[in-house]
Amino acid sequence: MAEGSERDGGAAAARRRPAAGDRGAPAGAGWGTMALALPAWLVLGLFFLLPLVLMLGVSGAERGVYGGLRPIGDLAAYLRSGAFLASYRQSLQALYLGIAWRSLWMAALTTGLCLAIGFPAAYALALHVPRRRRGLLLGLVVVPLWTSFLIRTYAWMFILRSEGLLNHLLLSTGLASRPLPMLYTGPAVIVGLVYGELPFMILPLYAALERLDRTLLEAAADLGAGRGAVVRRVTVPLALPGLVAGVVLVFVPSLGQFVVSDLLGGAHTMLLGNLIQNQFAVARNQPFGAALAFELTAAVLLLLGAGARLGGAGRKTEGATVGGRRAEGWDLL
Amino acid sequence: MSSRRQAEGSPADGRRAGVDLQAVTKRFGEVTAVDGVTLAVPAGELFSLVGPSGCGKTTLLRLVAGLEWASSGRVRIGGRDMTSVPAHRRPVNLVFQHYALFPHLTVAENVAFGLRYREGSRPRRAEAAGRVAAALGLVRLDGLDRRYPHQLSGGQRPRVALARALALEPQVLLLDEPLAALDQELRQAMQLELKRLQRTVGITFLLVTHDQQEALALSDRVAVMSQGRIEQVGTPLEIFEHPETAFVATFTGAANLWDAEVLGAAGEGRLRVRLAAGLELEVPAPLPAAAPEAPLLLAVRPEKLTLRAGAPPAAAGTDLAGMAALPVTVEEGIYQGARTVWLVRDAAGERRVVHQPSPAGPARGAPATGLQPGSPALLCWDPRHSVLLRR
Repeated sequence: MAEGSERDGGAAAARRRPAAGDRGAPAGAGWGTMALALPAWLVLGLFFLLPLVLMLGVSGAERGVYGGLRPIGDLAAYLRSGAFLASYRQSLQALYLGIAWRSLWMAALTTGLCLAIGFPAAYALALHVPRRRRGLLLGLVVVPLWTSFLIRTYAWMFILRSEGLLNHLLLSTGLASRPLPMLYTGPAVIVGLVYGELPFMILPLYAALERLDRTLLEAAADLGAGRGAVVRRVTVPLALPGLVAGVVLVFVPSLGQFVVSDLLGGAHTMLLGNLIQNQFAVARNQPFGAALAFELTAAVLLLLGAGARLGGAGRKTEGATVGGRRAEGWDLL
Repeated sequence: MSSRRQAEGSPADGRRAGVDLQAVTKRFGEVTAVDGVTLAVPAGELFSLVGPSGCGKTTLLRLVAGLEWASSGRVRIGGRDMTSVPAHRRPVNLVFQHYALFPHLTVAENVAFGLRYREGSRPRRAEAAGRVAAALGLVRLDGLDRRYPHQLSGGQRPRVALARALALEPQVLLLDEPLAALDQELRQAMQLELKRLQRTVGITFLLVTHDQQEALALSDRVAVMSQGRIEQVGTPLEIFEHPETAFVATFTGAANLWDAEVLGAAGEGRLRVRLAAGLELEVPAPLPAAAPEAPLLLAVRPEKLTLRAGAPPAAAGTDLAGMAALPVTVEEGIYQGARTVWLVRDAAGERRVVHQPSPAGPARGAPATGLQPGSPALLCWDPRHSVLLRR
């Protein structure tokens, strides 16, 4: 029963929470320090650890006949039978691995495109645009975020569909003789993803580039480096924290995205996000959905860990750059 | 000095180059930072551009470096026109005011940064390492090559910046206030170091500083700048002893200025002038071109003046020993240790500054000079120490 599993999960979380608190507090820290950290742990526990544990519990259950979860009579026997791994086994089928792979490369492509567009944009904004015009342009980057993401994605449907704005333009200028099928394709999903995530690439990059000491760029030029070499050897390394932050901020949400692929993609662009959503909303297979969601979360955490490692190496030099001051980009992680 | 350099077989032989500026002007919008400067910096000299902040000296240096484009005029380096050559292709290197060391690179990587862009062959790895070591040795920074800039002391950072620029064997080394960020003691040590370095490598050093003492102490030659123009170019001695303009006289040491009227020639190289205060003097006339009727200023440095206590004579004049004397009223004496600065007011109400060695008075209490705030005194100087200036 769902209630039973929930109670189990809650108990597990309750058992884990103090343990996690102990680990979080540095050795020798007094009760006062721990008390100060309590609200943070409470939030983390309530909104991250508890749901995670619940999800883990659900993913180990079996689907009930009418959706929901099938009650488990003998927990020990159930665990011994290995049936709790059924959903995970199911997720390894070629069909689902294919979807996972597609999600991965679509997220990677989105991140790459955001970087390709966002870096020059942030660079121009931070280093070339006169200060008094910067506020306006930064505002234009942020303004779309004031509107619901859903509405903005619907707007893209109007642009991309057969009788849409773009096709109308192509037909009236004679660039196309008949409407091109653009909506419900893979590229449409990529366009939607890049459009949605771009601000999250530009902003951290801008923050990093804006702090850059310009005389370092002049010094590089003075020492003989051409424009490309200055960017490659000075600008990018010094903007690395912002760059990593931008990549994480774009890649992670893209990986779990389901609204864009749902609205702009066709049947062939199902992503992990859609698959998970379908398990809960359509297929009513909660254990399988939970297993997929748990796997996705684990993958993201692994990737973040790898990124932090990579950044750890970067942080060592970044620490060098700003005299031990922690790079702001990392705080976003 | 230059012959000694040759005798030592300095590495700069054959790549020594001067800098030639012709009517160089740089405008930033409405502001003219550099206003028609024509200047020849001879090869192999340690040449200083000195002036107050905002006088355009750093802009001039950046124009030579290629970090700014001249609005008009021509920049020549080693006889070649570099006016439209970008910074990364000019045979000069700049030591930035705050050194601009790359924070993400080690000392060795900083010094090696530009080696791969040198014209001709890109040095091999071993050769590059050798150059880095040589450059670091030149500035006496061996053994620190794996440190990061933030791990260096205040005295080590300018050395890395120097090594980084010198490793590329520039024809001219440009230095933008390289010592301004250092404390007094370190600055003086680094001044000696800079001078030694310039003699060792033998190339032209073009140095920008706002510190006139630093310019005088270091340079073979000094150009004093004000409001985008060059006021005077000369050796430190010429600049200090024979300033040509009121600005130079004031900038190189608080000068006392009087309006002077030329009465006529008075023997070889001397002019007879009358000060507004009524004093008539015969003074050296280093300006043969100056028309006698041109309005002039007479300057006397504070340390060339003496104060005599006691009742003043009825009027200004010269005493028996030929000393000029003006009646003044003492306003204040500021004891500064080795010297005492006296502020006095003359009959016209103008304030004058006198630097006098502090008297070896009694062990305690006020020195027995007889000078009190409010007391009358005579301001005296040898007329030969007067300098006539263009207005």
